[in-house]
Amino acid sequence: MCVAMPGRVLTVENGIARVEFDGNIIEARADLTRVAPGDRVLVHAGLIIQKLSATEAEEMDAIFADLREIMEKPDEDR
Amino acid sequence: MKTADLIAILSAYNGRLLTFMEVCGTHTAAISECGIPSLLPPTIRLISGPGCPVCVTVSAYIDRLIELATTENTCVVSFGDLLRVKGSRGDLRSAVGARVEMIYTPFKALELAESDPDTTFVFAAVGFETTAPIYALLAEQIIARGIKNLKLLTALKTMPAVIRTLCAGENAIDGFIAPGHVATVTGSALFGKLARETGKPFAVAGFTAPSLLAAILALTRSAGKASLFNFYPSAVTEEGNAEALTRVDRYFEPCTASWRGLGAIPHSGLRLRDEFAHLDAGSHGLTEDHIPAGCHCGEVIAGRSRPCDCPMFGKDCTPESPFGACMVSMEGACYHHFINDKH
Repeated sequence: MCVAMPGRVLTVENGIARVEFDGNIIEARADLTRVAPGDRVLVHAGLIIQKLSATEAEEMDAIFADLREIMEKPDEDR
Repeated sequence: MKTADLIAILSAYNGRLLTFMEVCGTHTAAISECGIPSLLPPTIRLISGPGCPVCVTVSAYIDRLIELATTENTCVVSFGDLLRVKGSRGDLRSAVGARVEMIYTPFKALELAESDPDTTFVFAAVGFETTAPIYALLAEQIIARGIKNLKLLTALKTMPAVIRTLCAGENAIDGFIAPGHVATVTGSALFGKLARETGKPFAVAGFTAPSLLAAILALTRSAGKASLFNFYPSAVTEEGNAEALTRVDRYFEPCTASWRGLGAIPHSGLRLRDEFAHLDAGSHGLTEDHIPAGCHCGEVIAGRSRPCDCPMFGKDCTPESPFGACMVSMEGACYHHFINDKH
């Protein structure tokens, strides 16, 4: 039920955004986030719950950078 | 480092047995669909916890929905998953004379109510912190538009108290894959606080294989230590969505909630504040939980049993003919174990 999908905002009018997901377009409420056309957003059950701050590729880079740091720390428990 | 390196490092782990719990139905689905358990060594065990809102809903709530749906001039509006969950006397889908509308977004209920003023519509408001802001906005819209024939039957749950309960129980949980979309709303700081309180590591994860594997590796490296990681940084900030939290706080207050398999847990739910009680369709006191004889859903939700430990699993209980809620829901542990792991 907590499924949320990333999409891209096409338009915003009167608090309602039109959001595209791989060619499909749905309407989502934008009451809780400041969004503009072109923004990548996370939509849950018809509500934008967050504006995404990075692309998937950028997120992967951040994840692996964090992991490198974790792996370089001494492993005290093993 | 690449995903293949992550898998290689995890595969080589040969330390003590570690058990990590995910508490998000969408994680349950993603972990299963990505085949992540098959990539892990026998020394790393993943278990599903109470993260599927449909699965944790007690039978008294379903019974109340059926009662409302079969009342004259009343219609229950719900997400699809809830329709096949059994109460003590059957489910909403097969209840004789029940009037039910299935929707994708709760906001659709506003249009339904406005277009049919002679019917009272009741929204089945289940969910966790991710969905609570939607119900707050729904309440706001009901009031703003002057709609008198739309109410909420709430069974809203929140994560912190149930996680504390799980940590205080008999389960040997070495760390938590923290729910990505709950954290999108609440912020990661909430799970940092839980890490400090419980002395366990928490890794917020997204819903891709690399993000989930990164979370598992970080938990493996940090087992036994209070730590917080965020592997869903594009959506999850430390503070979360402040506007969403403000709206939820305006309309709801913490309450004791009843969880299938775990019983009543203080401060683990949300109910409409007294000033908005006129929007409530009778949510109080729905605590009884009738679990059919032989069904292990309660044990599975609490992380005490695996789906395949249930004697009904795959025999009397399948996705086509589900007996327990964990087999009904597309976020249920049994459903995914059946679809992706067992068969």
